[in-house]
Amino acid sequence: MVTVALWGSLRDLADGREEVEVEASNFKELLDTLQRDYPALGPQIKRGVSVAIDGRVYRNSWFTEIRPDSEVVLMPYMKGG
Amino acid sequence: MNFPAKTKTDFKVVGTRVARPDGVDKVTGRALYGADFSVPGMLTGRVLRSPHAHARIKAIDISAAEALAGVKAVITSDDFDVPEDDFLRDVQDNCIARGKALYHGHAVAAVAAKDAETARAALKLIKVDYEVLPHVTDVDAAMAADAPVVQEGRADESVPEGCGPNVTNFHEFGHGDLEAGFTKADLILERSFKTEATHQGYIEPHACLATMADGRGDLWCCTQGQFFVRELCAGIMGMEASQLRVTASEIGGGFGGKTTVFIEPLALALSRKSNRPVKIVMTRDEVFRATGPTVSSSTDVKIGMTKDGRITAGDAQLRYQGGAFPCQTVSFGAQAAFAAYDLEAVRTQGWNALANRPKEAAYRAPGAPVAIYAVESVVDELCQELGLDPMEVRLKNAARDGTKASYGPTFDQIGLVATLEAAQAHPHYTAPLGENQGRGISCGFWFNFGGNTCVSLNLNNDGTVGITEGNPDIGGSRASISMMAAEELGIPYDKVRTVITDTNSLGHNDVTDGSRVTFAVGLATIEAARAAIQVMCRRVAKIWGIDEEAVYWEDGYAKPSGPNAGNFDPMSIAEIAAIASETGGPIAGHHEVNAEGAGVSFGVHLADVEVDPETGATKVVRYTVFQDAGKAVHPDYVEGQMQGGSVQGIGWALNEEYIYGEDGKLQNDGFLDYRVPVASDLPMIDTVILEIPNPGHPYGVRGVGETSIVPPLAALSNAVSRAAGIRLHELPMSPPKILKAMMSKG
Repeated sequence: MVTVALWGSLRDLADGREEVEVEASNFKELLDTLQRDYPALGPQIKRGVSVAIDGRVYRNSWFTEIRPDSEVVLMPYMKGG
Repeated sequence: MNFPAKTKTDFKVVGTRVARPDGVDKVTGRALYGADFSVPGMLTGRVLRSPHAHARIKAIDISAAEALAGVKAVITSDDFDVPEDDFLRDVQDNCIARGKALYHGHAVAAVAAKDAETARAALKLIKVDYEVLPHVTDVDAAMAADAPVVQEGRADESVPEGCGPNVTNFHEFGHGDLEAGFTKADLILERSFKTEATHQGYIEPHACLATMADGRGDLWCCTQGQFFVRELCAGIMGMEASQLRVTASEIGGGFGGKTTVFIEPLALALSRKSNRPVKIVMTRDEVFRATGPTVSSSTDVKIGMTKDGRITAGDAQLRYQGGAFPCQTVSFGAQAAFAAYDLEAVRTQGWNALANRPKEAAYRAPGAPVAIYAVESVVDELCQELGLDPMEVRLKNAARDGTKASYGPTFDQIGLVATLEAAQAHPHYTAPLGENQGRGISCGFWFNFGGNTCVSLNLNNDGTVGITEGNPDIGGSRASISMMAAEELGIPYDKVRTVITDTNSLGHNDVTDGSRVTFAVGLATIEAARAAIQVMCRRVAKIWGIDEEAVYWEDGYAKPSGPNAGNFDPMSIAEIAAIASETGGPIAGHHEVNAEGAGVSFGVHLADVEVDPETGATKVVRYTVFQDAGKAVHPDYVEGQMQGGSVQGIGWALNEEYIYGEDGKLQNDGFLDYRVPVASDLPMIDTVILEIPNPGHPYGVRGVGETSIVPPLAALSNAVSRAAGIRLHELPMSPPKILKAMMSKG
């Protein structure tokens, strides 16, 4: 299981929880499982999210490995200028 | 041939200041920009724009314009299908209004004619029946429950109940117990700030030339991302991507403002209708009125601090308006606001709202400068109130390796403390100040990212190298890419030439944004060079009749790896290239990647200003930028990015603003009334590059293009507060505002 930290405004969409536990070994499994277990997160995930894994921000690389002890933080999809 | 797994630290080419490959072309006028390309039979396109801030379009009569001699096509939104996808529909509706004109300058129709005079005459013949609607341009007014509704039904599921009808999304970040944090403070300050929208101020207006016939299109345009232009335009035009080729011109500045389309779909539609090539070149007033400036903002900040300078809690509410279409920019501001600090208790909340203004576009570190301006101003005021050294306070509270960032993740190998220490040790920090002068400091932060990148590296028959990449060069990337290829191949820089190619010649490349190109394209180039080295080592191994593992690459030569490999003379890249045909054919290396692992970047700015007590005018008398760049591939360009971002931030702080009248019309749509700082306004911007390697890149490269615009807003505000004894809480700090504040103080 991986512990995923949610940003504040997502917490209401995940039963008020700051962190959720999901079964996932990579980026894609993480997002798929989050949408399955917490359907209210679906619209935001479809609009785009980034995932910080052990301090590094990943935008959409499905097969990025996530270890059970990884620090995983959901973030809005990054863009820049 | 095995390549080093660790970040490289010994360089021969990288880190030098080689001549820029595009310099002579640009200063002699040979370089081709967006408006410089022409083809036979080309028509001139012009755009009719709304004179109202908000109006329902009841009818458009184009018959008289179409009947004018020399007019070949007239289009309105009726010439486009309505995309199902929300994002694409917004892009299209921003290019040409559908049903309602949402801001002053919003396109409502376009004409293609034999020349500009005829096109202008035709625009005057188009009759638009408008029903003028109430409008809103101020961010706080746009947030209100009774505000004029810019677009119905655009709020997403994140918007709490009770928000006004223009609020489209809400974001909250943070951790810890705020109440407990504020209880520990000896002093708590709460302040409110406002900032006006600014424009990127690129010198070159948007321009494009479109040819479309028989379902195929070619587009030449000034853009930060030809592949994204293709994606948007193909979607809007209902084309398959393969049928639209987009070529990026040279670019006279972008800074984020050329990451989308404004006129390109119009030119394509005019070409499709007229069956002729169509060129559209924006005028400067169109650039101001109808492209994408930044957000304007309204922010409340509350920070608690102990007497010895420890920040106990930070809280901020950020409200951004991003024009007439939804944007997510406040999420970046809300994440970045407190990123420089190691805080036990922190919260940021952000709301985006619609207003009757042009849709915001990215501008260097979008969303971050105005958020960090507010936080850094309050930190500075706390230091003043408590009699603390602002640098010591920042060092005491600085985020460092292992800090849980205010936006969630734990930082890994960041350079903020080193940057602060460099600033503290610099002679600028202790230099004496004159009368009416003050010194301000501010930290800055930006995320940086990588993204999709595709590079081809081809070995020519004479041993020189051609690189093809797909990101417009807006900050020196052709030089830095050539340098990294030369470094990896072990050949001189001048043996490599990098060109930017069209959308048919490479796989998809993301836009040149997010400070991504030197990081991501550089990474792909190094891997492409390594792929070519593998091919060369394999062929040399065959020539020598030994295992390919017994051949290694060094300084442009294939060499036997040791005495056991055999006694062979090293073969140079030129020798290998000369016999490529005999050894298997052309030699190339390719790499395709969605590059991840870009490292975040911090900067610290020191600004000295002098405020004229009689006029309120502020002059920047000394300015120094300290920034963690990772490995600086070409230090001149890195310094240029640091200087350029600083100057744009100085303009944001002191002069630049979108000024709207009561009628909702933009009043300063030219460089005479929207004044950017010019060289004579500024001192030399000094730079100190810190090179804390990014472990996510083989050479340790980070992005450098955006962080530098973040600190100037607060650095100048903090300097003005010390120089003039007054603290403004809004930008720009134009002379009338400063004078008024000084006179009020007496």
